[in-house]
Amino acid sequence: MSLIIKGGRLIDPANGVDAQEDLYVNEQGFIAGVGSAPAGFKAARTLDARGKIVCPGLVDLRVRLREPGLEYKATIESETRAAVAAGITTLCCPPDTHPVIDTPAMAQMIQSRAWRFGFAFIHPLGALTQGLEGKLLTDMEALDDAGCVGFTNALHPVIDTLVLRRALEYCATFDLTVFLHSEDPWLRGDGCMHEGEVSTRLGLPGIPEAAETVAVARDLALIEQTGVRAHFCNLSSARAVAMIEEARKRGLPVSADVTAHHLHLTEHDIGGFNTQCHVRPPLRAAQDRAALRAALKNGTICAICSDHQPHEPDAKLAPFAQSEPGISALETLLPLTLKLVDEKLLTLPEAIALLTCKPAEVLGVESGKLAVGDTADVCVFDSESQWTLISEAMVSRGRNTPFLGWKFRGRVTHTLVGGKLVFESE
Amino acid sequence: MTQALQFDASGGLTHLLTLEGLSRQTLLDILDTAESFIAVGEREIKKVPLLRGKTVVNLFFEPSTRTRTTFEIAAKRLSADVINLAVEASSTIKGETLLDTVRNLEAMRTDLFVVRHAESGAAHLIAQHVPPHVHIINAGDGRHAHPTQGLLDVFTIRRHKGAFENLTVALVGDILHSRVARSDIHALTTLGVKELRVIAPKTLLPTAVEKLGVAPYTDIKEGLKDVDVIMMLRIQRERMSGAYIPSEQEYFRVYGLTPDKLAHAKPDAIVMHPGPMNRGLEIDSAVADGPRSVILPQVTYGIAVRMAVMALILGGREEPAGRRT
Repeated sequence: MSLIIKGGRLIDPANGVDAQEDLYVNEQGFIAGVGSAPAGFKAARTLDARGKIVCPGLVDLRVRLREPGLEYKATIESETRAAVAAGITTLCCPPDTHPVIDTPAMAQMIQSRAWRFGFAFIHPLGALTQGLEGKLLTDMEALDDAGCVGFTNALHPVIDTLVLRRALEYCATFDLTVFLHSEDPWLRGDGCMHEGEVSTRLGLPGIPEAAETVAVARDLALIEQTGVRAHFCNLSSARAVAMIEEARKRGLPVSADVTAHHLHLTEHDIGGFNTQCHVRPPLRAAQDRAALRAALKNGTICAICSDHQPHEPDAKLAPFAQSEPGISALETLLPLTLKLVDEKLLTLPEAIALLTCKPAEVLGVESGKLAVGDTADVCVFDSESQWTLISEAMVSRGRNTPFLGWKFRGRVTHTLVGGKLVFESE
Repeated sequence: MTQALQFDASGGLTHLLTLEGLSRQTLLDILDTAESFIAVGEREIKKVPLLRGKTVVNLFFEPSTRTRTTFEIAAKRLSADVINLAVEASSTIKGETLLDTVRNLEAMRTDLFVVRHAESGAAHLIAQHVPPHVHIINAGDGRHAHPTQGLLDVFTIRRHKGAFENLTVALVGDILHSRVARSDIHALTTLGVKELRVIAPKTLLPTAVEKLGVAPYTDIKEGLKDVDVIMMLRIQRERMSGAYIPSEQEYFRVYGLTPDKLAHAKPDAIVMHPGPMNRGLEIDSAVADGPRSVILPQVTYGIAVRMAVMALILGGREEPAGRRT
């Protein structure tokens, strides 16, 4: 269906656009015109976007869909539906599903399931080692061919540095991007939250900052040795940010992301054993949060992601250390990022870039921009609409979030994927 | 946030989960009530009818002898019906969750749960999910809190040393893993001791411990200088395998409380230990059994203090104490 999105403020950071422009989408699902209609364009529908922001559909670097393997928590259908309700049109899923995404068949199955439901588009990451066991390499070239946009061992660190070296070299051979969750498993130990004032007070085993910095240092040395392009997932500490900044200055091909919740919460939010704040890597101290925010501004961190991890209620109804980590975070990705605009940390176009073209660049995919000829993945939101997050209104199957009751400004009204209107608020 | 859960709408204590956030007056009220129960234990008939008809369940997910027994005796002296459940051996092995276990027992009309669990925050979790007429006393959760031990420790100090304002107190040993240390620290800082020190090698001192209002020392002689009260903590023998300490001999050599180390404290300093003691590891028998030791009186006071806490939580608020059942 061809349509016009009319009268909105179009923000397309990749093309330097921030102006009131109409957007023309053709029947094939591509952008046919920006500002002025192409010759002979006939719209079947007009969306009134006056007073709203029109931007590329959001690109989320890390979303656990729970399928295959943990369908009692969520499914590809439920979570891609929740994604588009939050303006997210492209998402990347880690390979730590059951079974693991370490064969082309698994990679294709996940993409084709998403394709069938027709909500958000899924790019899988392939496993760096078979079964994420850190021993044998996967068929990375074949996985790349099957649609994997990068390779990672997810939350299972490759302990054997020789295997890691070979894996990175092999990735570099085929110009593949490796995604790293840098965490030293011994220093992490049985830790379940940031080692600091609050862990001392609550008597919970802590994860020291060094669990991150030791692993980042090791990984940077191997990146330098192998020349692989690497993306650091989910930085949590000020010192790790400084290490990435320094590596980028030296010209290493590295990038990094942060989750929206690490930009807003600290160890203190765990308060009285709030298991909704149990995340991995842990929420750290206020000065770490400040450094993560500064890194958005200076470009050391190029993307904000949700790190969506939906859970069934029981997963959080346990003593803190025994509760499962993670937040159902799709629906707060844009609102929490817009808060940074309200707090004057970012301009609106900067915020949108961190959610669209910049993460798309990390994945090496043609998303997150809206020039003529691009796929019409579009997010329309009302930046003035005020609302409060309540459990019953969540679209995701997971209602596990520490942000219930938070007041937000800015809400998605329409989402287009490939020119198709897949979400429209009443 | 941790603290708010402990109080009901009118500000009365409905659970005892941690000593953090309890006011000085609340602590003193509990100590004064405990003082009145000391006499009960010294009578021929050691029983008062305060909790007659109430059901108390000692729910222990972790083994314990001393704490469980003193809670049981305390409840019985208050005339409550007491059930002891060692859960580590039953339901959890069958896969039942912590909350399921509690809900089942709650359906049996339990009034008070005394809970011990190996995970920090377990008592909080239970308190968040029981109806308002069910009360929780934390008898030790992971490394977090052991509030009745903290109370009996300050009760002991007050009995033997008087006013808190003039006292310098040192806690010695495994501060990192100790729930007793955390509860002692909250009680003593709230009651306003002159100085509170913690003494341990760096491996057994938690990060940012000074934020709790204590002065950390690694040199025991320096740390014990002129103190009025020494509170020893148990060193678990498995700490060697975690590389926290090299060996028993090395630990005893450096941190074991021997008569010559004790000599650095004030001549009238008292020595305490929450038990069970490892003689020859953290404490020399000459000190444990010596004239300055108040380790056994601690156990006796433990019963009175636990009676006081149960009476305050269960006996004294909406209903006149012990009248109705």
